[in-house]
Amino acid sequence: MHIPDGFINAGTSAAAGAVAVGCVAVSLRKASRDLDDREVPLAGMTAAFIFAVQMLNFPVASGTSGHLLGGVLAAVLVGPWVGALCVTVVLVVQALLFADGGLSALGLNVLNMAIVGAWGGYLVFLGVRALLPARRSSVVAASAIAAALAPVLAALLFTVEYAIGGNGAAALGTVAAAMVGVHVLIGIGEGIITALTVSAVMATRPDLVYGARGLMAPAGWASTLTSRSTLTSRSTDEAAAASPLPARSVR
Amino acid sequence: MRAAEGPRQPEYATSPDASGRSGRNGGSWRWTIGLLVAGGLLVALLLAFFVSPFASSAPDGLEKVAADEAVDRDERDHALAGGPLADYSVRGVHDARLSTGLAGVIGVAVTFAIGGGLFLVVRRSGRRGDDAASPVAASRTPTRT
Repeated sequence: MHIPDGFINAGTSAAAGAVAVGCVAVSLRKASRDLDDREVPLAGMTAAFIFAVQMLNFPVASGTSGHLLGGVLAAVLVGPWVGALCVTVVLVVQALLFADGGLSALGLNVLNMAIVGAWGGYLVFLGVRALLPARRSSVVAASAIAAALAPVLAALLFTVEYAIGGNGAAALGTVAAAMVGVHVLIGIGEGIITALTVSAVMATRPDLVYGARGLMAPAGWASTLTSRSTLTSRSTDEAAAASPLPARSVR
Repeated sequence: MRAAEGPRQPEYATSPDASGRSGRNGGSWRWTIGLLVAGGLLVALLLAFFVSPFASSAPDGLEKVAADEAVDRDERDHALAGGPLADYSVRGVHDARLSTGLAGVIGVAVTFAIGGGLFLVVRRSGRRGDDAASPVAASRTPTRT
């Protein structure tokens, strides 16, 4: 999904760069309010993890591969603002050190992967989560669905960019259909990897998962009366393991 | 557990994992943030070193479509294609798998360092900006690179 130099003309690339700088500036400002001390290393780790998993291209169709973009994963773990910065850091490192993703196309790539993934993907995540019951598993399910959609959104945005300033003579409809088709398949992988990672963190420290925050806070009567249906209490097993008191009542 | 545990529920709700307390009497083991970060980094390093050399080398979705539809007609070589880590290989390391694995490890380390450094700066600017509102944070954005 990394656009190299020359796919999109210079003017469009520069305009995308300006928009991307604006989006990153907004992310920086918002992130400064989101981050607390404990989240600084967590956010750095999230970026490093996404770098590693982006290297793991998996086959999706004959002669085609795909890899995690990571925007939704980052947004669910550390929030859309910090998450967008995580993916942006990955893209900058890839472009500068590993010659992956054109320098002139960096703005395009930041928009398609970091901003669409973390901002757009997080909106989808919130929408899906709101439709599901307030359970931990819903956080994982919503992140999987949003992550599966993110590569398709990125593919669509690439098509728009190609329509505005694409070099080459391909028909738009053909590019759109081909891009969406293959990125639906890549989205399946994105959804699975995101779900596995989010559920691993939910199983260890759900309190650190940004996307579970609204559900973790004690929220009115529901948390005190029917705690089993909310995320404010530990699950049965965890409660039993964590405190001797409920352990007795369980047995 | 349903009825018997009902009255105690608020207690759990108000002492979430974040409080830092754990069931010491029960001897339960707890993921601190340090452990979680170390664990995540370890997984990232292991994936980068041991798994990435075996990743598919087929073109990704965009590259494939671009090649099929001649979107790549005017593609230019990357300006830094001659760099020591270009294309996820370490120049001078001739074993392809080792070269990719080492490049991955370097990338994970560099990304963690740059990301962690950036977020530390963002965090500090946010703290300073608490009083003077957001322009402080915004004015610090150039320090990003």
